[in-house]
Amino acid sequence: MALRGVSLQIAPGEFVALLGANGAGKTTLLRIAALLMTPTSGYVVFPGLAQVSDGPGRNDTEVVYGNPKPSIGMVGHSTLLYDELSAAENLEFFARLYDLADARARIAHALDACGLATRSGSLVRTFSRGMRQRLAIARALLHGPRMLLLDEPAAGLDRQGLDWLGATLARLRDAGVTVIMSTHARNESLDLATRAVSLAGGRVERDSGRGGDPRPLLAALRSED
Amino acid sequence: MTTARAAAILLAKELRLEFRTRELLTATVVFAVVVVVLFSFAFDPTAAESRRYGPGLLWIAFLFAGSLMLHPSFGREQANQTLDALRMAPISPFAIVLGKMLANLLFLSVAEVILVPVFAVLYNISLAGIVGRLAIVLVLGTLGVVVTGTVFSAISAHARMRELLLPLLLLPILAPLLIAAVEATASLFSERPVLDRAWLAFLGGFDIVFLTASWLLSDFLLEE
Amino acid sequence: MKARFGITALVAALLFFAGYAALFIAPDESTMHEIQRVFYFHVALWSAMYTALTIAFVANIAWLATRQPRWDWLGVSAVEVGVVSCTGGLITGVLWGKPAWGIWWTWDARLTTAFLLWLLYIAYLLLRGLLEDPQRRATLSAVFGIFAFLDAPLVYASNRLWRTQHPAPVVFGGDNSGLDPVMGKVLMVCIFALLPVMILLLVDRYRLERMRHEVDELRLAVESGAARPNSAVTKGAI
Repeated sequence: MALRGVSLQIAPGEFVALLGANGAGKTTLLRIAALLMTPTSGYVVFPGLAQVSDGPGRNDTEVVYGNPKPSIGMVGHSTLLYDELSAAENLEFFARLYDLADARARIAHALDACGLATRSGSLVRTFSRGMRQRLAIARALLHGPRMLLLDEPAAGLDRQGLDWLGATLARLRDAGVTVIMSTHARNESLDLATRAVSLAGGRVERDSGRGGDPRPLLAALRSED
Repeated sequence: MTTARAAAILLAKELRLEFRTRELLTATVVFAVVVVVLFSFAFDPTAAESRRYGPGLLWIAFLFAGSLMLHPSFGREQANQTLDALRMAPISPFAIVLGKMLANLLFLSVAEVILVPVFAVLYNISLAGIVGRLAIVLVLGTLGVVVTGTVFSAISAHARMRELLLPLLLLPILAPLLIAAVEATASLFSERPVLDRAWLAFLGGFDIVFLTASWLLSDFLLEE
Repeated sequence: MKARFGITALVAALLFFAGYAALFIAPDESTMHEIQRVFYFHVALWSAMYTALTIAFVANIAWLATRQPRWDWLGVSAVEVGVVSCTGGLITGVLWGKPAWGIWWTWDARLTTAFLLWLLYIAYLLLRGLLEDPQRRATLSAVFGIFAFLDAPLVYASNRLWRTQHPAPVVFGGDNSGLDPVMGKVLMVCIFALLPVMILLLVDRYRLERMRHEVDELRLAVESGAARPNSAVTKGAI
């Protein structure tokens, strides 16, 4: 029971910074939005895709006219990658799962974009933390989702990684992708945010709202030690 | 995407992973061989004794080896939370379960193909003329082990003491399958080998019941 | 409170009557004499067990279908009562078997099924103990419970099929042994006396589970500093 009475409406193209201390419910909220978790009560709606995930009594996602899953990408605490497969093999596998038409081109482009083209045949097991995170994000974006969820993506990244993260997120924002990024400490990617929502004790504490100014809320964040 | 196609993609991934590390298969085969060899110390493998106890030992070796091998089926997906990635993909939960069932079926079958000749040699049982029919019994029996075992792998992956829990859940459920498989195998090892249709039908029934139950319950199995 | 006491007294009285009937009213059995009287409670325990496990099966399905916590509470309570009844049945079976037929145990269809169910549902309880998240615990144990219940007829059938190929002397009165009418009536009395006992235990266990749930809810509410959630207990509803 990590969340209580959370009700949020997020418009396409918004870049939401989800703030809050550890244990405030950020991860739970992201997982519900990713359709990984079904809320015990309440629902998740993707207007335009019209997918409703019902809470109590039913576990199925009721398809009204479309499947939202191809539109969702998530970068979690773990890499969601297979260590014993190479970078290319990982992307190929997910490309097949998502039934992507131009898989080869997409994979080549993704590997280029995250700077791993030369290491495409190496097992993920041999990658550094930064490289894995980049590949994880590439995997999440491979199928061209319209919404990207990120759970503390800056954690453990070095300077180079942080720069790359910021550049990637900026590109996504310009492309109109909806981004929800959770963090418990200050990082530069937050400058891209158009909205800030802070959670505490499983509840929405403050919300800068659509069209509002997220900066006061962001400024209140501590810096990363 | 159809469930079958998604399952095939997952199967290919499982095979590739296993081929890369080969840890599961090696461990399974070695363990099964050890069990079979140890049992051989328990009695003198004369023809009559072998026929009497052999089938039971063979299937117990498969069950033990299978329990060991089935545990990482879903356990492996926990390392980097890759199960999340699978669940977010536009495939049905049953496709995920089915893909793993098929992979486990292949792995356990490979282990059996290696084990059965070893067993035949150690226990002086001739396989001449019964190989085809034995294969049918093996497939039907292994299917039952793999269907229930994969489901319980998913269940126990979330529990503490999961290595111990899987056999604890699996072996009682498989009791009727064990009886059926042993009887069917015994009738093939007898002086006049015959394929016992009643037991085969029972095995088939077991497989269908639990495959259907898995299909109906796979959503619940994988949910959070 | 008074109603509870009254019901418990009634059930206890019924149980005593059944015991009295089994010991004194039932006629003497020709071959086994006194020891045979265990049979009345032995069979009654089996019927209590099967009733409890069927309730558990229904509760498991209901939980998966509706996600209402009370089905989870009912499920675990029914399984615990079922396991207890099964233990009783197995023990009485052993106690009866040795003096009556000289054997502790036999692998006939009913005993084998009961024994396997005992193992399966103990595994169910162990599984619950090892799963920490309440939602997941309820869901996964329900799935396992369904598998376990589906296994029971398969165990029975496999045993019967085995028996047709390996005939052995039938013990424990077989399946169609004729029953003296008075014996039959005493058996019915015992079965219907034990059933309320089982139900009382079930209800108590259910209430315990419900209270545990309430305590967890309250603890969560206190920890997150929110107001007290609606409590079904305080409203007196189930």
